[in-house]
Amino acid sequence: MLTINQLHASIQDEKQQTKEILRGLQLSVNPGEVHAIMGPNGSGKSTLANVLAGKEDYHVSSGDILLAGKNILNLAPEERAAEGLFLAFQYPVEIPGVNNMYFLKAAVNSLRKWRGLPPLDAIDFLALVKAKMKEVGMDEKFLHRAVNEGFSGGEKKRNEILQMLMLEPRVAILDETDSGLDIDALQMVAKGVNSLRSPERSIIVVTHYQRLLSYIIPDVVHVMVKGQIIKSGGKELALELEEKGYGWLENQVIT
Amino acid sequence: MANQYLKEVVNKHYEYGFVTAIETDSMALGLSEQVIRDISKRKNEPPFMLEWRLRAYHYWLTLKTPRWAHVNYPDIDYQNISYFSAPKVKKDAPKSLEEVDPKLLETYKKLGIPLHEQSRLAGVAVDAVFDSVSVATTFKATLAEAGVIFCSFSEAVQQYPDLIKQYLGTVVPYRDNFFAALNSAVFSDGSFVYIPKGVRCPMELSTYFRINAANTGQFERTLIIADDSSYVSYLEGCSAPMRDENQLHAAVVELVALDQAQIKYSTVQNWYPGDEEGRGGIFNFVTKRGACRGKYSKISWTQIETGSAITWKYPSVILQGDHSCGEFYSVALTNHRQQADTGTKMIHIGKHTKSTIISKGISAGFGQNTYRGLVRALPTATHARNYTQCDSLLLSSTCGAHTFPTIDAKNPTAQIEHEASTSKIGEDQLFYCRQRGLSAEDAVSMIVNGFCKQVFNELPMEFAVEAQKLLEVSLEGSVG
Repeated sequence: MLTINQLHASIQDEKQQTKEILRGLQLSVNPGEVHAIMGPNGSGKSTLANVLAGKEDYHVSSGDILLAGKNILNLAPEERAAEGLFLAFQYPVEIPGVNNMYFLKAAVNSLRKWRGLPPLDAIDFLALVKAKMKEVGMDEKFLHRAVNEGFSGGEKKRNEILQMLMLEPRVAILDETDSGLDIDALQMVAKGVNSLRSPERSIIVVTHYQRLLSYIIPDVVHVMVKGQIIKSGGKELALELEEKGYGWLENQVIT
Repeated sequence: MANQYLKEVVNKHYEYGFVTAIETDSMALGLSEQVIRDISKRKNEPPFMLEWRLRAYHYWLTLKTPRWAHVNYPDIDYQNISYFSAPKVKKDAPKSLEEVDPKLLETYKKLGIPLHEQSRLAGVAVDAVFDSVSVATTFKATLAEAGVIFCSFSEAVQQYPDLIKQYLGTVVPYRDNFFAALNSAVFSDGSFVYIPKGVRCPMELSTYFRINAANTGQFERTLIIADDSSYVSYLEGCSAPMRDENQLHAAVVELVALDQAQIKYSTVQNWYPGDEEGRGGIFNFVTKRGACRGKYSKISWTQIETGSAITWKYPSVILQGDHSCGEFYSVALTNHRQQADTGTKMIHIGKHTKSTIISKGISAGFGQNTYRGLVRALPTATHARNYTQCDSLLLSSTCGAHTFPTIDAKNPTAQIEHEASTSKIGEDQLFYCRQRGLSAEDAVSMIVNGFCKQVFNELPMEFAVEAQKLLEVSLEGSVG
């Protein structure tokens, strides 16, 4: 479903210095699989998530990103979204004055338009969104508030999951969705993600901690250090990392 | 970069830039006492009007162009303007819509302004002012049944001279400022509204101003009087052809609200803004002021300012009556080389008077946007309250946002709050919206509309939709 070949990406820092963050990253995720990407701070996990979604701050110097066989590297963020790529943001953005429901409906119908489907009418949309909100344990009052404005950390993350459920992506990337969540919210988020698991869909969970992976059981766990995947394994790898930390792996990096 | 997408959002064109080929009867260029006598004579005005005009003219001669506003423009040559231009009519004045030149009707149709009463738009009565004269006022009969007077200013001078004498210049005296003095001397037409005691005006009233002729200034005057316990909602729209030279628009609007009366005045200003390099466009120097004379009266200004090369405008409220209330909601957008210096004055005189100011400035391209406000509580204004919120949104690195608030509290019980923010449109916000599948264009307009929401909420429904569309058009090619 998602294949990343020899991906190199860099960013310019404040001093206009080019800093390479992804250094020949290699990753392949089959349909129906859940992959976890773990790694120490600064290893490039969030960069990977943003580069996949097409954030323009990053410069991709070489490599390919194939989504269901199609190279999406030259596509704009909205075109990647139309191809079925979804990113649950680590820090969801507030958009003052824009009603949450209006935003969701615009997003759903915009993607439907890209895909040649007729827009959902107000009644169908409302029924759908109410059902999905129930799944993630969100009060309906959040529909009428501005997008993420004044939401608590947990509410913002639930809102990300709600958007994900509504947009039904082919590839969902969750960037540290577990950070800042209490145990109830964590379970609710996991429940939402698990409900999306299906043979046609791939999910990538970026996280620091094993904790989330007790609720979302991954098929493959990758360890990312200094812009490369240096080790991959089954779900037990996450437990091993929890126990031993990252230190024992870091000296294995090919430089 | 995302900025490129923002640029692409930009360049839709000014839709109302066409010229109507119509025979006009224009006065020669230049301003003198004789010109003013001619204007007054053409309009067959009673002597008190001419005297007032002449007093204003002689006062104006003593004044210098004010230069304190944060706008830059070449000196205006007041002798190079025609002070009167009217579509030629066979008879003296059109007696009904059937007599109005079909070309004029066509013009207003193109602008989306219905002058035919059968094509009524959500019950809005329209007065249409073309260059210097009012060409048609719709729904007069319906309004007359309710006792509402809604007519051109010229007609009011003839039909209701006592009301004009009683109120003209009482809110904006000709001595108020340079442009008010000029307007008082040469104004050619405008709208007049009187809502009698206890009447809630049965429909929205609207005036649509159109400048068509070249080298013509438009100087109109609007006077609205809301008698005790009455209510009126009034909307003003405007547009002009695209021309390379600048044209002057210097209007005066006076509102009077008596006991428990309410006036809601909304403006969607879309004068031609000039081209991308700043050639042409309207110089919009407007004095708008309302007086809450009665107790518990209320005046509310809502303005969406997207046009004009230069905007110089401060719709204000004088809160005389105890418990009276003044509001100012504004969205001002400057793109390309547009400059706007706009804001409000809230003068608290009565006890327990209240005012609210919500100002949203959006700057793009090389636009310069200034908020200038004055909140004053006089010693008599016990328990006066004001809340001001002033937000600026920057869409490019070459535009500017400026804020000059003045607060002057002379009563110790007055409470005045001022909040201000300036933000650059977030690349993060754009990326977030686009990741969810919205095009860059839709994302920008969604974010900007969200920013303006508080103000749009104050507009009558159908105009809120218009305003949103206008904002989208004006934003084209906005960020660099």
